[in-house]
Amino acid sequence: MNTHAKPSKLIKGATGDWEVVIGMEVHAQVTSKAKLFSGASAEYGGEPNTHVSLVDAAMPGMLPVINEECVAQAVRTGLGLKAQINLRSVFDRKNYFYPDLPQGYQISQYKSPIVGEGIVTVDVSPSEQIAVGIERLHLEQDAGKSLHDQSATESFVDLNRSGVALMEIVSKPDMRSADEARAYVTKLRTILRYLGTCDGNMEEGSLRADVNVSVRRPGEPLGTRCEIKNVNSIRFIGQAIETEARRQIDIIEDGGKIDQETRLFDPGRGETRSMRSKEEAHDYRYFPDPDLLPLEFDQAFVDGLAAHLPELPDAKKARFITQYGLPAYDAGVLVADRETADYFEATVSHAGKPGGAPRDAKAVANWIMGDVAAYANSIGSPVAQTHLQPAQIAALVDLIGDGTISGKIAKDLLAILITEERDGDPYAIVEKRGMKQVTDLGAIEKVVDAIIAANPDKVAQALAKPSMLGWFVGQVMKQTGGKANPQAVNDLLKTKLGL
Amino acid sequence: MSVDQATVRRIAHLARIKVADEEVPHLAQELNAILAFIEELSSVDVEGVEPMTSVMPMQMKLRADVVTEGGEADPIVANAPAVEDHFFVVPKVVE
Amino acid sequence: MGFPSPASGRREKPDLLKKELSLTDVTELSLAEARDALVKKEISAVDLAKAQIGAIEQARALNCFIVETPEKALAMAAQSDARLASGDAGPLEGVPLGIKDLYCTKGVQTTAASHILKGFVPTYESTVSANLWRDGAVMLGKLNLDEFAMGSSNETSYFGPVTSPWRRSGSNVRLVPGGSSGGSAAAVAARLCYGATATDTGGSIRQPAAFTGTVGIKPTYGRCSRWGIVAFASSLDQAGPIARSVRDAAILMRSMAGYDPKDTTSVDVPVPNYEAAVGASVKGKVIGIPKEYRLDGMSAEIEKLWAEGIAWLKAAGATIVDISLPHTRYALPAYYIVAPAEASSNLARYDGVRYGLRVPGKDVADLYENTRAAGFGKEVRRRVMIGTYVLSAGYYDAYYVRAQKIRTLIKRDFETVFADGVDAILTPATPSAAFGVGEKGEADPVEMYLNDIFTVTVNMAGLPGIAIPAGTSSEGLPLALQLIGRAFEEETLFSLASVIEQSAPKIELPPKWWA
Ligand SMILES: [Mg+2]
Ligand SMILES: [Zn+2]
Repeated sequence: MNTHAKPSKLIKGATGDWEVVIGMEVHAQVTSKAKLFSGASAEYGGEPNTHVSLVDAAMPGMLPVINEECVAQAVRTGLGLKAQINLRSVFDRKNYFYPDLPQGYQISQYKSPIVGEGIVTVDVSPSEQIAVGIERLHLEQDAGKSLHDQSATESFVDLNRSGVALMEIVSKPDMRSADEARAYVTKLRTILRYLGTCDGNMEEGSLRADVNVSVRRPGEPLGTRCEIKNVNSIRFIGQAIETEARRQIDIIEDGGKIDQETRLFDPGRGETRSMRSKEEAHDYRYFPDPDLLPLEFDQAFVDGLAAHLPELPDAKKARFITQYGLPAYDAGVLVADRETADYFEATVSHAGKPGGAPRDAKAVANWIMGDVAAYANSIGSPVAQTHLQPAQIAALVDLIGDGTISGKIAKDLLAILITEERDGDPYAIVEKRGMKQVTDLGAIEKVVDAIIAANPDKVAQALAKPSMLGWFVGQVMKQTGGKANPQAVNDLLKTKLGL
Repeated sequence: MSVDQATVRRIAHLARIKVADEEVPHLAQELNAILAFIEELSSVDVEGVEPMTSVMPMQMKLRADVVTEGGEADPIVANAPAVEDHFFVVPKVVE
Repeated sequence: MGFPSPASGRREKPDLLKKELSLTDVTELSLAEARDALVKKEISAVDLAKAQIGAIEQARALNCFIVETPEKALAMAAQSDARLASGDAGPLEGVPLGIKDLYCTKGVQTTAASHILKGFVPTYESTVSANLWRDGAVMLGKLNLDEFAMGSSNETSYFGPVTSPWRRSGSNVRLVPGGSSGGSAAAVAARLCYGATATDTGGSIRQPAAFTGTVGIKPTYGRCSRWGIVAFASSLDQAGPIARSVRDAAILMRSMAGYDPKDTTSVDVPVPNYEAAVGASVKGKVIGIPKEYRLDGMSAEIEKLWAEGIAWLKAAGATIVDISLPHTRYALPAYYIVAPAEASSNLARYDGVRYGLRVPGKDVADLYENTRAAGFGKEVRRRVMIGTYVLSAGYYDAYYVRAQKIRTLIKRDFETVFADGVDAILTPATPSAAFGVGEKGEADPVEMYLNDIFTVTVNMAGLPGIAIPAGTSSEGLPLALQLIGRAFEEETLFSLASVIEQSAPKIELPPKWWA
């Protein structure tokens, strides 16, 4: 699976080419109401220590009881990653001391995770697809949060996050560039959002990546890796990889050696640095949590969840290509966001005028990916959440399709729908504002004849240089207020000028 | 297997228990006495035996995804030695 | 061998109930008798509580209680009297009990006998103690124990050792009550409460019961909820009662037991009326006698006690068979891997941040190390370190995994004999009678650990076990037998234990030298 990078992905060093090898551990917060092992709220935010149960605060004698929805979410995610679902898994304690880890251990899954190997297909570019292997997915508790900037001498601990369910999704070291890594996280996030198992909100920390980076000469065995902890945006993931790969190459080329260590990416300085506090040799003393029995369920439980899984991006993309005849690129762009894909389908399938021609799906895709997306972008909103309704876009496309308006007029129409008549009916607007294009050949011919008669010099030029035709078209459109059918104008001009 | 003084210090640190230098030799001796006692187990044939995970054979029950606890910080911090604005307070942690 | 007639059993006090009960007299009642007297309105719950409060005040020399809660007791007793009057009394209505200070009690300091839980006042009530209050019991206070239940003599308590009410004949030497439930056992033996909660991880109910001439049962793992009980070793810990008689233990068990959705390891099976099993026929029951419990150098008096127990059960119609539990000898060493390992992790939460003792340090790690060094006693530190060691990188498989495999083998031993038709197993409860304070374990911790040699297998296999007083040592100290049952068949144990109780010679507590 993608074991060697294409030459274009190699990094130039002073002594030759280098290949960067990337694997990722993504922590995705499970979408649930309550925490993994307690009945406290898993909601983001809240006053300090209010989303905390006695279990989360590790009060003496407290015991964990697992949340069934978190288990179901992990299984759904495993199915979405085409992964092995383990009908028996075990929770272990990972022991270490830290102020935001109240129990002195994190309940995690070490030897027997709930989900085993799977695969994610990633579009790195319109022309390049890679497969990234999934090593495993396990359930574990999140830690609390320490605030370090409230006081010069003290840290403040809030346990609201403590015990929130996380899925740690571990990839195989199958990525060979920052672009691939970014595309992988993007795709993973899309899958999680489709499944509804994680909201993918990186600002709120619902999705965080630990990035393992190593470099090697092409074809050689894996080099020593460094783990860059908790990178919290897709852009930073790319930057962190590039800087870290460069740092490692420089060290090796200077005759140095890479120390396996945990590092932190500092976006402000654009560098990674060693995490001194985590430097000390870890000995987590994993052992099965004696407060919990093994987690067991049957295949029927898995099948029940599989039966209710939504259509996932890869399947949707394939369907868009076959069902709507879209190019792979368009289909890929549309399915990247589930709501956009739904918006597209709602637009395509919206009822048109009775007896109207079938709607051109490619045209719908073009409008959504083009002008509609541009508008959505300008107001910082996803496409599906703008005020523009699929019915309006459908009407707009139909108006072009049956020749009522030209593509150019359609842009004006969209502008009107965005500004003056936000919930307007495109048919009514076109009617009311006289935006219909002129298709009456007689009327267009009169205008064409008049312009030819008035500009003999231009006619002479055009005979020598056929590209002058554009000038005539412009004149006709100007005189018809842009409403003349451009094809008809072209045809008439060509005939009359003898081109 | 027996523990030397360096190991005693390492374990004590892993367990976050301060030990004074003068305690170390004695602790090593005590731990070795216990380790000698449990050493007997190495003679047992455990080939093919499953380690026990749950002493009573049963399936783990799961809880419904319902918020039933929390909402109030006071009982959470009620016993804390140092509290500020409902936060637990510890000496500054350097990351 | 002469068998005493049932009439000489120590629960018979008909003359006492006939006349007006004096406050000292009532402390001599069994729990069952006190309960019945309350229901018949022969005594009030408040009077009963007052009598016990008085007895506790006089017995401070024994150091049984870490916290006495007399006001709470009187208030709860007054409520019990009201419920008794209105006719909605619970099965334990008005009965004063002591609670091992390992159980979290809402609004009442809970320490696990450790300095590290200094001043900790839970905002919650353990499930088992809540069950007792639900059934009408009255709380007298929190009972002393070995720190975090780690010990067999109650000498590791931060609050000082408990002294047993027992003395060797003609001696003033202070004896240990056993441990870790030493406060529970001593308080019950000294008539300071009608019963007490206890916990048993490797013998911590049965060994102190054996040392103090009381009855202690460790139920099947999962029978009682562990929620709200300070954890020592999660896979071994189990709550149970220490009581004055088999019947009393059965009554307490019924209230303490039950499925708790807050404890994933608690088992959802109905709780029977254990008291009904007391006195039931044991005819035809098959009792296994395991040869591996016949230790080299076992004392003659323990041998004799065991033989007597066999004879009593045979006389009651039980069939005695010789059995083998081949992995018995590995139980104690395996226990000293599993229990410290789990403890090292369970005790990680005591870090000076959210509750209890805090000893400042230059940074967080230093604060942890200072707090835990000052907060944990010697034995706890030792076990946490052993537990940390056996789980650490490179040793986990050799120690922990191997010990858990041996647990499987130990459990299999029991399953095999039960499958062969054995209903219960009879063994001595302890290798000796109680010893003096400071006599054991100073030089070698393992010497103390050997106290649990007969009891620990039961925890490793999750089975129920009961200790019943069965005789006295040459020095006049109580000795006990242990019965081990099939999982969730505590009723069989109560039936068999009551045969032993009725058959054994009555053992007399020395006069109240402490009062
Ligand atoms: Mg990780
Ligand atoms: Zn993780």
